This record gives sequence, structure tokens and C-alpha cells, in this order.
Amino acid sequence: MPKKAPKKEKIPRQQMDEQEPQVRAKNFDEVPFGYTKEQAKLEAARCLQCKKPACVPGCPVGIDIPGFIRLIQDGDFTGSCRLLWDKNALPAICGRVCPQELQCEGLCIVGKKDDPVAIGNLERFAADWERHHGTGVLPPREDPTGKKVAVVGSGPSGLTVAGDLIKKGHAVTIFEAFHLPGGVLVYGIPEFRLPKEIVAQEVNFLERQGVRIECNQVVGRTISLEELFEDGYDAVFLGVGAGLPRFLNVPGENMIGIYSANEYLTRSNLMKAYLFPKYDTPIIKGKNVVTLGAGNVAMDSARTALRLGAERSTIVYRRSRQEVPARAAEVHHAEEEGVVFHFLTAPIRFMGNKKGRLVGMECIQMELGEPDESGRRRPLPIKGSGFEIECDLAIIAVGAGANPLLTQSTDGLTLNNWGYIVTDENTGKTSKKGVWAGGDIVTGSATVILAMGAGRVAADSIDDYLTWGW
Amino acid sequence: MFTIVRREEMAEGTVILNEIEAPKIARKAKPGQFVILKANDTGERIPLTMADTDPDKGTITVIYMVVGKSTALFKTLAIGDGYQDVIGPLGKPTEIEKIGNVVCVGGGTGIAVMHPITRAMKEAGNHIIAIIGARSKDLLILEDEMRSASHELLVCTDDGSYGHHGFVTDKLREVCERGDIDQAVLIGPVPMMKFASLLTKEFDVPTLVSLNPIMVDGTGMCGGCRVTVGGKTRFACVDGPEFDGHQVDYDELMARLQAYCEQEKQCYENFCTLNT
Ligand SMILES: Cc1cc2nc3c(=O)[nH]c(=O)nc-3n(C[C@H](O)[C@H](O)[C@H](O)COP(=O)(O)OP(=O)(O)OC[C@H]3O[C@@H](n4cnc5c(N)ncnc54)[C@H](O)[C@@H]3O)c2cc1C
Ligand SMILES: Cc1cc2nc3c(=O)[nH]c(=O)nc-3n(C[C@H](O)[C@H](O)[C@H](O)COP(=O)(O)OP(=O)(O)OC[C@H]3O[C@@H](n4cnc5c(N)ncnc54)[C@H](O)[C@@H]3O)c2cc1C
Ligand code: SF4
Ligand code: SF4
Ligand code: FES
Repeated sequence: MPKKAPKKEKIPRQQMDEQEPQVRAKNFDEVPFGYTKEQAKLEAARCLQCKKPACVPGCPVGIDIPGFIRLIQDGDFTGSCRLLWDKNALPAICGRVCPQELQCEGLCIVGKKDDPVAIGNLERFAADWERHHGTGVLPPREDPTGKKVAVVGSGPSGLTVAGDLIKKGHAVTIFEAFHLPGGVLVYGIPEFRLPKEIVAQEVNFLERQGVRIECNQVVGRTISLEELFEDGYDAVFLGVGAGLPRFLNVPGENMIGIYSANEYLTRSNLMKAYLFPKYDTPIIKGKNVVTLGAGNVAMDSARTALRLGAERSTIVYRRSRQEVPARAAEVHHAEEEGVVFHFLTAPIRFMGNKKGRLVGMECIQMELGEPDESGRRRPLPIKGSGFEIECDLAIIAVGAGANPLLTQSTDGLTLNNWGYIVTDENTGKTSKKGVWAGGDIVTGSATVILAMGAGRVAADSIDDYLTWGW
Repeated sequence: MFTIVRREEMAEGTVILNEIEAPKIARKAKPGQFVILKANDTGERIPLTMADTDPDKGTITVIYMVVGKSTALFKTLAIGDGYQDVIGPLGKPTEIEKIGNVVCVGGGTGIAVMHPITRAMKEAGNHIIAIIGARSKDLLILEDEMRSASHELLVCTDDGSYGHHGFVTDKLREVCERGDIDQAVLIGPVPMMKFASLLTKEFDVPTLVSLNPIMVDGTGMCGGCRVTVGGKTRFACVDGPEFDGHQVDYDELMARLQAYCEQEKQCYENFCTLNT
């Protein structure tokens, strides 16, 4: 029997102050303000400092959760952040975007009877503190090994590999197709959820440690994988993400006013179309916006639409509320801001005007049948339940696939049936010598922290290979 | 930065040529491929086909028509200035083979895109009949270059100020009527490609067109460039930009090119007011 923890006076879970829903739905500033020092210490005091912490196995990178929380309680915020860095190079980002309720916080013992300890909020606090008040001292770097590593893609997996290997003394160059590094963190996740300044600082931190970043390099086009080896790279990591938009394949989908979420969010975030005409890239601003899908990507799209002036922003999802894959906090925030949810509803066709512009969508009601391969109950259309929704902008956020640009231009990479790269789970090695892969291009669309975990595994294996040759 | 080393104005300043330092791209580019350019921090990503490349010098050449804000901004860049970002080479290269008699039709700035393809087709041993057209003599570009890239050159102007008075489709019909054409390549404004494709279809001449939908990334990641070809949705930036001209839904493409009309007008007018 585990020993009972000493009885503590019950402190409620500390809520971060946030912008009011009606206010924030009209601006792109970050929604929560973060903890004050006092709030952080109070929240940290809620942690029971378990000897066998239940939370840690829930964290894909195994952060010493009671450890970093203890340091916050002690007021050693810098020390807390350093401890986080041992396992996680991007705590300010993970604290904001991890699906904590399914990971660390989902297993926290306090959560059995009360609200779990706000591990994510505390992680964010320690990292933000260090960013604002830290000394900016670089982590120690081992002597140069003379080995060169190419990292393809600058999403969380690639950034992790680069950060780990530069510390080991290898020379690291990141090749990124876009004109800015960060992957989904800059082109996908909106400013109001993850300020781009944070990503830029993390990238800058790597550059200060000596990582070279070459943007505008589409590997497979500008330079091939073979040419990287010819240029003297000893190992290559592929972290190119799952950048292939999925469409619905229903009639009328190519009308003006229908975007993939990738295009909508890239225009808004990366190209800063929300600041048009100060920035040159335009974006269609709908009055009646419908987003199809209910993952994080869909929440981001529906909430961006509000901020771009939509009078009504609706989510249409073919399954029920129970199956919604987005983080709980995002669904909650979306609802507070006025996003309307249509569950058990699927589109059948889009309707347009003479100029080929979207004016509406025909939908059908669904019911849940037997569980499918994913274990979720399969939605089935209810005959004769068709109805129309008026809309002038539709955003398709029903998932992404593997972008074949790199994999198809490279020989010797084993892919699975869906086009994702097959790797050894314990090392991240691909079927091609000297080539590793990780993140969404291996697992399909997943999470920031899983991509970082895969980066860590691959970095360790690459270091072994460069040092010992295996 | 990608520095401009040569700059020319053509067609009364409505068309601009930039030769740009981009050694990595120059080394790899093949006829038919394009680059995406972004002038500065606030700029848009604009796709332009490479009209020429010089791998030894490490330069690429683009020729573009000034149609809106971004191309107007590009026009202000002088020799020694540069683009903040140039990405490429993108898209599939043209399949250059010895086919026989090839008719290459270029309209407006499409001639710039047509030129390297025509030259490569000729070098591959094809007999080239080139047809080029513009609204008027002053707006016609690359006539000499197209002459040396072909065996036979036919010139048309809409207003009759030079060459044949009429559209390129008139001359294309005459050429098709000869009955020995093995392949047509058509590059120009969408309506031109549409009507010229209808014509080559009449004569059963296999036809290639190069499409120019609005793009963002150019790597198959956004789907903004989607076009319908043979009833299927294709991404022009990775599956194209060249497609079977007889299968393309041109009306859909034309509509999609109008997506940002209003906003672009606003953006362009702001820019023009600021710069005059
Ligand atoms: C809108 C949105 C919201 C999300 N919200 C959350 C969230 O709240 N929490 C969470 O945990 N996860 C979230 N995710 C998922 C998470 O962002 C991804 O799982 C994660 O970013 C995957 O990381 P990655 O390193 O595999 O690749 P990515 O982040 O996808 O980065 C890949 C990079 O590689 C580049 N690239 C691609 N091809 C090439 C090439 N040929 N040459 C050079 N570079 C190339 C791309 O341009 C890109 O920059 C979200 C995703 C999206 C799209
Ligand atoms: C693969 C590809 C290759 C291209 N090659 C060339 C080239 O070699 N030379 C050249 O002059 N142009 C080329 N274009 C077209 C060029 O990209 C557009 O003219 C340019 O984006 C217009 O930008 P703007 O801001 O100046 O005008 P905007 O203000 O954006 O647009 C002005 C008008 O141009 C049309 N337009 C907008 N975007 C595009 C677009 N991507 N393509 C076509 N029309 C558009 C719109 O209908 C609008 O009415 C190419 C396009 C593609 C996709
Ligand atoms: S990285 Fe994510 S899962 Fe791990 S402790 Fe932090 S918030 Fe929880
Ligand atoms: S966060 Fe929860 S599970 Fe983890 S150590 Fe603290 S009380 Fe225990
Ligand atoms: S431009 Fe984005 S997919 Fe083609």
C-alpha cells in the first residue's frame, strides 16, 4: 500500500487570467496571460511530490515533473527551467500546446479527486520566466567532432535533433523549405495560441549555439538527399512533417471560398494575411464560416475566422462530442468565443454562385454505428436528413497525409501504405544508410511533444553512429 | 538576399526581365520549372517560370508582366537590389523528347515561359513551328530569341500592328491543317490556352499547357493551386505546372484566378498612390 500523502490545506487549481472572450475573439494576441509568481507558487504547492509520480510516464519525454515543480515552489525558476531543458528543449511551447489532459495531467494523482496539478501551465511559467529574466547563458558544448549532420525540416522534431547534436559537438545545418523556420509552430498554430516571438527565440537560441539554418531549401528539389551526402554530410535526419492537405472529395470543392486548413492558416500565420494590406498576402474573410473537422487544426481555423471578422463561425463534425480530438482547452476557448458546433453532421456538396464563389453547403445528419478500425464508432448517414447551411467560406480541416515531394525523389526509403517513412522505433533509423526520420512524417499527424520525443531518440542514435559507427 | 545582376524593361515597361544570382537553383533547374520569389518581409510569395538559367554564372532569369501589387513592387527593384527569398526549382520539368513536328504557341508573357521549352525541344531534334502573339507590336517580347529557337516563326498581333492581324489560334489552325503535327505546346493567358486546346483537339494533336493558378508554398502543402484535369483534382505546383491541355477545366481555373480581385485592387492602388 502506498503511504498516504500528508494532508494539505486544499488549494484550488490556479486559473491563468485570460482576455475576455468577446475581446480576444477580435484580436490575435495570446489568450491566457500566464501565471504570476504567486499563482505559480500556489499551484506548485498543490503537487504532492509523489515518490513514484504517476504523471511522469504520461509525458512522452519523461520530464522530472515533481522536480521542476518543486523548484518553482522554492522560487528557483531558473533552476526549474534548466531541469525542464534536460528532457525538453521547447518547454515554453509544450506548456502551451501539449494535450496535457491526455498526457501528464491525465495521470496526475491529484486529478483523481480534484482538478489535476496544472503541469502545463507551470511548465509554461518556468520557461517564460527564463525567457524574460534568464541570463541567456548557452548550454555547454562538447569539443567539435568534425562530423556534419543535415536536418531536413525545422519543425519540433528537427529543432530537437539540431539542439541535441550541436551540444555533442557535431556541426548541424537545418534545411527548411519555407522562408522561415519552425514548421507547424510558425505556419499552422496561430499567434493567439503560440506567439511567433517564442518560436523565433527558440530558433535563435539554437543559432547562437552554432546551428546553421538554411531556409528556402526544398530538399528533393533544390538539393537531393544524395547531394547532401556528396556535400560531406555524415548523417541526415528527415523531419518534414505531414504536409499534404486532405480534401473531402465532395462536389464543388474547388470553388472560391474553400480552403484547406493548411492554406488558410499558412496565409494567416506565416504570410501574416491577418495584417493585410500591411502585408501583401490576401485572405478571404468570410461572414459565415464553416470549418469541417474537430481537431486542433479545426479549432485554430474556426477561431482565426472569428478574429478575421466572421459573424458566425461553425464547426461541422461527423462524429459526436465524445470523439472530438482537439485539446480540451481549445474546445473550451472556442465555445467561449462563440464558435458553434454541429455534431454528427457531414457535408455532401458545396454550392456556388455564377462566379464560382461559395454560397452554401448541403449536409446530412449522421448516427454512430459499430466501432471502426480506429476504435471509434463509425458515423453513418441518416437517410433523408439533408439540410443546407449558408456559408461564404469553408475550411477543410479533416487531417493531413504524407507529402510525397521528398520521399518520391529519394531512392531506398521504405514507406508504408500511406506514404509515411518506416523507421526502427528504438533508433529512428530508416531503411537508407545514414538517414533517420521522425515526427509526423513517420507517425502521421500527431503532437509537438511526440515529434520532439522522436527527435531525441534519433539524435541519440545519430550520435552513436557518428561516434561508434553503428 | 538574391541579387539582381541584370534588368531589362520590355514591352514598353509592362514586362520586366530580372537576371538573379541563385547558384543552387541555376545548377538544378530544367525547362518548364518555376521559382517562387518574395521581395521583402511583408511581401507575397509569387511564382514565376524561369525563362533562362546559367549554371556557370549561377544565375536564373525571370520575365514577368506587371499586373498587380507584387509585380509592381518587383519592378521597383534595381540592379544590385535583390529578392529576400527565392525558392526552387519547383514543378515538374517539361518532358523533352524527339517527337517530330512540334508547334509551340506563346501568348503575351507566356512567350517567356515558352522560350526555354522551345529551345530544348529544338535541341532534342524536333522540327519546331513557333507561333507567338501579343496585343500589339510594342508588347511583343522575345521575337528574336523565339526565331532562333525554332525552324519557322509566325507572329500575330491582336491589332494588326505587326505580323498576322488576329489571334494565335488563326495561325494554329493553318498549321494544324497541314496534318503532320505531332505535338502542340501552348502557354499564355488562360482563354488563349482554352481556345487553342479546343482547336488542337479538333485535329487530335496531343497538347501540353502550362497552368498558372494562384500558389502559396509551391511544394504541395496547401492545395491552393488545385486545378481539375480529367475530372480529377491535381496540384499544379507538384503534379504540373504542365498538363494535358485537352483535359483541363479552364473555366474553373479562370474563376479561381479571380479569388482575390477586390483585395488585390485595393493593395495595388495603395501601392501606386504611395509611389507617385
Ligand atoms: C494547425 C495545427 C495545430 C496544431 N496544434 C497542436 C497542439 O495544440 N498541440 C500539439 O501537440 N500538436 C499540435 N499540432 C500538431 C503538431 O504541430 C505536429 O504534430 C508537429 O509540428 C510535427 O512536427 P514535425 O517536426 O514532424 O514537423 P512539422 O512541424 O510539420 O515541420 C516540418 C517542416 O519541414 C519542412 N519541410 C517539408 N518538406 C521539406 C523538404 N522537402 N525540404 C525542406 N523542408 C521541408 C516544412 O516546411 C516544415 O517547416 C498542430 C498541428 C497543426 C497543423
Ligand atoms: C507556375 C507559374 C508560373 C508563372 N510564370 C510567370 C511568368 O513567367 N511570367 C509572368 O508574368 N507571370 C507568371 N505567372 C503569373 C504570376 O505569378 C502572377 O502574374 C503574379 O502572381 C501576379 O501577382 P501581383 O501581385 O503582381 O498581381 P495580383 O494583384 O496578385 O493579381 C493581378 C491579377 O493577376 C491575376 N493573378 C494573380 N495571381 C496570379 C497567378 N499566380 N497567376 C496568374 N495570374 C494571377 C489575378 O487574376 C489578378 O486579377 C506564373 C504563375 C504560376 C503559377
Ligand atoms: S512536455 Fe507536455 S506532456 Fe510532458 S510534462 Fe510538459 S506538458 Fe506534460
Ligand atoms: S504532478 Fe501529480 S502525479 Fe505528478 S508528482 Fe505532482 S501530484 Fe504526483
Ligand atoms: S501551391 Fe500550395 S499546394 Fe501548390
